This record gives sequence, C-alpha cells and structure tokens, in this order.
Amino acid sequence: MQPLIISAFTLTNCLGRGLNATSAALREQRSGLRHCDFPGTELDTYIGRIDGIENEPVSGRLSDYDCRNNRLARIGLEQDGFVQAVESARRRYGPERIAVILGTSTSGILETESAYRRRNPETGALPPDFRYRQTQNTFSVGDFTRRYLDLQGPASVVSTACSSSSKVFASAARLIQTGLCDAAVVGGVDSLCFTTLYGFTALELVSSTPCRPADADRNGISIGEAAGFALLEKPERGTGDIALLGYGESTDAYHMSSPHPDGLGAAEAMNKAMQRAGIDPGAIDYINLHGTATKANDAAEDKAVSGIFGAAVPCSSIKGWTGHTLGAAGIVNVIVGCLSIRENFVPRSLNTERVDPEIASWIATEELRRPVRTVLCNAFGFGGNNASLVLGKRS
Amino acid sequence: MIRVFVEGVGMIGPGLSSWKESREILAGRQAYAGGELPRLLASRLPAAERRRSTAVTRLAIDVAEQALPPDVNAGDIATVFTSSGGEVEIIHRIFEELATVERQISPTQFHNSVHNAASGYWSIATGSRQASTSLSCFDDSFAMGLLETAGQAFVEDTKVLLVAYDFPPLDPILRARPLLAPFAVSLLLASERSEHSRGELTIGLDTANAGDIGHMDDAGLEALRAGNPAARSLPLLAALARSEPAELSYGQARVGLKPCA
Repeated sequence: MQPLIISAFTLTNCLGRGLNATSAALREQRSGLRHCDFPGTELDTYIGRIDGIENEPVSGRLSDYDCRNNRLARIGLEQDGFVQAVESARRRYGPERIAVILGTSTSGILETESAYRRRNPETGALPPDFRYRQTQNTFSVGDFTRRYLDLQGPASVVSTACSSSSKVFASAARLIQTGLCDAAVVGGVDSLCFTTLYGFTALELVSSTPCRPADADRNGISIGEAAGFALLEKPERGTGDIALLGYGESTDAYHMSSPHPDGLGAAEAMNKAMQRAGIDPGAIDYINLHGTATKANDAAEDKAVSGIFGAAVPCSSIKGWTGHTLGAAGIVNVIVGCLSIRENFVPRSLNTERVDPEIASWIATEELRRPVRTVLCNAFGFGGNNASLVLGKRS
Repeated sequence: MIRVFVEGVGMIGPGLSSWKESREILAGRQAYAGGELPRLLASRLPAAERRRSTAVTRLAIDVAEQALPPDVNAGDIATVFTSSGGEVEIIHRIFEELATVERQISPTQFHNSVHNAASGYWSIATGSRQASTSLSCFDDSFAMGLLETAGQAFVEDTKVLLVAYDFPPLDPILRARPLLAPFAVSLLLASERSEHSRGELTIGLDTANAGDIGHMDDAGLEALRAGNPAARSLPLLAALARSEPAELSYGQARVGLKPCA
C-alpha cells in the first residue's frame, strides 16, 4: 500500500497527559497502575485511571456531549499541539476533505449506568438530563471529535472491542486511497466504567495484582483508560518522519471471548500487515504485543509471533504500564510504537518477573536502546477480531 | 469516485421476510401491510452459539445470509457490520444488573454485549477468517457502512459484504432513542461485474451536506425508513427492486445506481 505519514500524534493515559508523560514514565520505569479507586466500585484489582477527568466537564457549545469518554477525548485532543496540527491540515485540505475515524468500546456508557441508578421509581424513566445520542451511543466520540475539530469529512466509529483503534488505521488508509479524502484524524478513546470493570471480573479475566504480561504467573488484565489520536496524510503533502506502512485484519472464527489457541487469526493479521507494507519478518525491529496478561491471550499471541519470527525480534507488552485500555489499546500501541521509532528504544515488558517457559518469543524484560526503524503493533479483541499495523521511518 | 457492483441483496423487517419475497412491495407494485418480524433462525450458527446469541445478532446473521449467491463461499468474504445501537437488549440487562447491589453480570452477557458480537458470531458460523469491522454512526450508520464496504471492495479489488441492522432499544432507553421497528439490510459489493450483478453503484462525497434525499412513497415504508437507521437503505432497495437508475444523497455522500441489464 501507499504509506501514510503520521504527521501528528498524541497520547493521554494513566501515565499522564501528552507524549512526554508516557516517554518519561517509560524512561523512569514507572507504572501508572493503582489499586482500584474508581468511585462507586469495590473491586480487588488494579486500574489505569487518569486523574482529574471528574473535574473537567465539556463546556461551551459542545456541553451536551459531556461524559467521561468525551471529557477524555477533549483532554487528549488538547495535548501535543494536536488541535493546531489539525487546524493546519484543515486550511490546506478543506474541512470536508478530512475524515474522522475513531475506535471505542465503552463510549459514554458510564452516564447510562448512572442514569439507571436514578430511574423514576414509579415510571421507570431515566432522569430528564439523560442524553443518549451525545453520551451512550457508540458514535458519540466520533461526533464530538468531528465537531470539536470543526471537520466536515466523513465520520465513523469502529467498535470491534479491543482491536477498535487499530482497525481505524485500515479504514482511514482505504478511504484516503479511494481519493474521497486527503487526510484522516484517527485514534481511540476508552474510559473506565462499571460495565467493563464488572464484566471482565465476571469472565474471571481480571488480576488482583498489577497485570504481568508474559509472566509464568500472569493471571489477568488490569483495566485502563486512554485517549490517543493521529493525523494521517499522503506522503506528498504530509510532513513527519514516521509512516503507517501496512495494515492486516482478520477474524478467528473460533470463540467470542477466547482467542484461537494457536493464534491462527493473529498470525494472519500480522502476515497481511507485513505483506501490505512490502516487508519480510526480518525487517521488523520491535513487536509491540497485544499482551493483555491473560493466560489465553499471551499464549495464543506467542504461538503466532514465535511461529513467524522465532525469537529473533524483541517483543513487549505495554499493558504493565498503562493497563489494558480496551477500545484505545490499538492507538496506545501505535503511539508507543511511534515513540520507540523516534527515540530508538524497545520498552520493557513491565511486571514480567519470570517469563513463562512456554513462551518462545523474545520478551524484552529490560529496556533495549537500539535503532528501531520498523515496528509491528498488535491489537486483538472479543469476537476474535484481530488487527496488526506496521509503522516505520519514512523512507 | 468509488465504483462497485451489487452482487447480492438481503432485507428483513416487519412483514418483510426477505429481499426476494418483498421485491414487489419495495418496487411499489404491492401494498406494504406491515406485520411481524419473521422468525430469526440463524440456522448457520452451531447450536450452542445459537442458544447464546441475541435476537439482534440473529437478525444480522439471517440478513447477511440472504445476500450471498449460492456459488459464493462466505468464508472468502470480508464483512462490514454497521449498527447505531448494537446489542441493545443485552446492554439494557447489564445496566439493570449494575444498578443492583450485587452487580452480577453473566460472562456470556458481557461478551455478547460488544458492538461486534454479530460480526464475531458470523465469523464462527461461516468459519471465515476474513477481515471484519463493526461501525456505529448513529443515523448515518447505513451510509457510512456503505462507504466503508464499497471503499474496501474498490481499493482491495475484492468482494465485501455489508450488513446494516438495528433493533429498537428497550425501555427506558427507547424513550431517548425512539426507533420504530427492527430492520436489517445486506449488500454484497464487488469490484468487478459478474453474472450476479444487479447494479453498478457509484459513491462520491460532495462538500454540501444535502441531508437524506430519497423517500418512500408508501407511508408505512416511509415511517420505517425514518424510524430505523438501517432502513435508510430503503430508497436504494426500492430502486434495485424496480431495476431503475437512482441518484440518492446521504449527508455528503452521493450514491448513484445504474441497473445492470
């Protein structure tokens, strides 16, 4: 495929707001996970919660969109000069030539969870301040972001669970290739809520310790929240050193909430991404794993990765730092991949004390300082939905 | 400009059991009397999965099936699922449970609540490992799904199946999102013309947002069109049923249809 320049990018997660916060935490070997203190919950688990969201409502012309997910979107958009970069693109291309394609799994459902606790005891009605379209509906974050950035191109939200905000890169690449758009704002926003905290607990997939990807004693995920955005442009008009080189998508055809045990779908997504990028496995310098720290995910992903790469490429999961940010997991990996290329390092797999002897790939348990030109980023979700992306230095 | 061919069509709604059986109604040659939603069988799903699946998922699977010509293997076809509300029934039950002291969500409930549940079940039903996405774009869900599907077929030079579906939410959300009735549509789009081709679709984007142009003459069908995001497809389906050319508008998207003789 024709590479697309990632001309601007930003990330906000429990490590802090903006790229520098994530970079600094990675340098200082500091996790953002803490014991669950999400208001109203009593769960023995660790979460990647972003401070201050509760006190920063969306105000002004878009105040109807106020909910945790859109607050997080706004905070994320305001970091690293991202809004300004989009403004510049809007002047160059026109607002109707820029698409907005975002991923989320939670949307603003925290609002509806709260509304259900405040139903009218006689009629069962939700409170009058409930705004379905602007908060709960899955499209809400796409609608909000398009309005916030004053864009008028096509807008959509991808919701394929934990692969959502990787899939957006594939959709944007295709849309730009059709010629109907010149650029796209892509990314993902996922926020803490009761449905995911209690839902993953019901599935017995939540760890009572900070998650330990690829560890022999790993026992589940830590749930986090994040907002990440990237601006994609054609190489002839975009400026930037990092490009999206390829995407690969697949499904498992196996189970709704367990990955294919041999990682067949995951391998297919990775192979397709490298094929589209026109590169061989030998060209990959770092694999940013989905690495959720569940027994099943890490084992299946390892089968897929080691089947293609053996133990030749350093791999790590970022979940020990940020938690599993679900619908934002894809964009978190992409942005960390961009940082890895920009700063020439492989982040370590945090909290991995003893690598599972069953795992055959090369898990980086210490940070590696080395040239990184090409990164493969994985994101896999419920419904057996897989997406892999290849990022690289602009050639 | 995207150019693709319509290779197969499916449709399910109240009193509309399939595209084939509803063609005369859509073409305006037979009155629309409304009625019940046909029984949703999802017969392609393994029995265990079928028991666990929701009515929303079964609606999507049944309509997806209708658009596949007999000689097309579902395992070879990438899919685009699009729905404004997704798994509305399960989501309501989870909200009710989370409002209790116990907060006991069942594991099956939780994994069935994801927006891509229908996509996941379709992949299991067909054994397809092809790419599959799930979109939500509120009232534009059909139009954006069509753009995604046609774009993918065009750019990747392949066949892609679009499945648009929505169920009205349960009370109390229904009051905030008043959808009229369940409706689903499926279109198999291909980059190349074949003997199955019913029409050639062109899709472009205009700078002006023209809103939705294209209404149904029949009052019942028009109510359905306005009352379910997936049913925004009805004017296109009507033109396909009549084998007539059409120029439609969905927001900024301009959709042209030229029947294949």
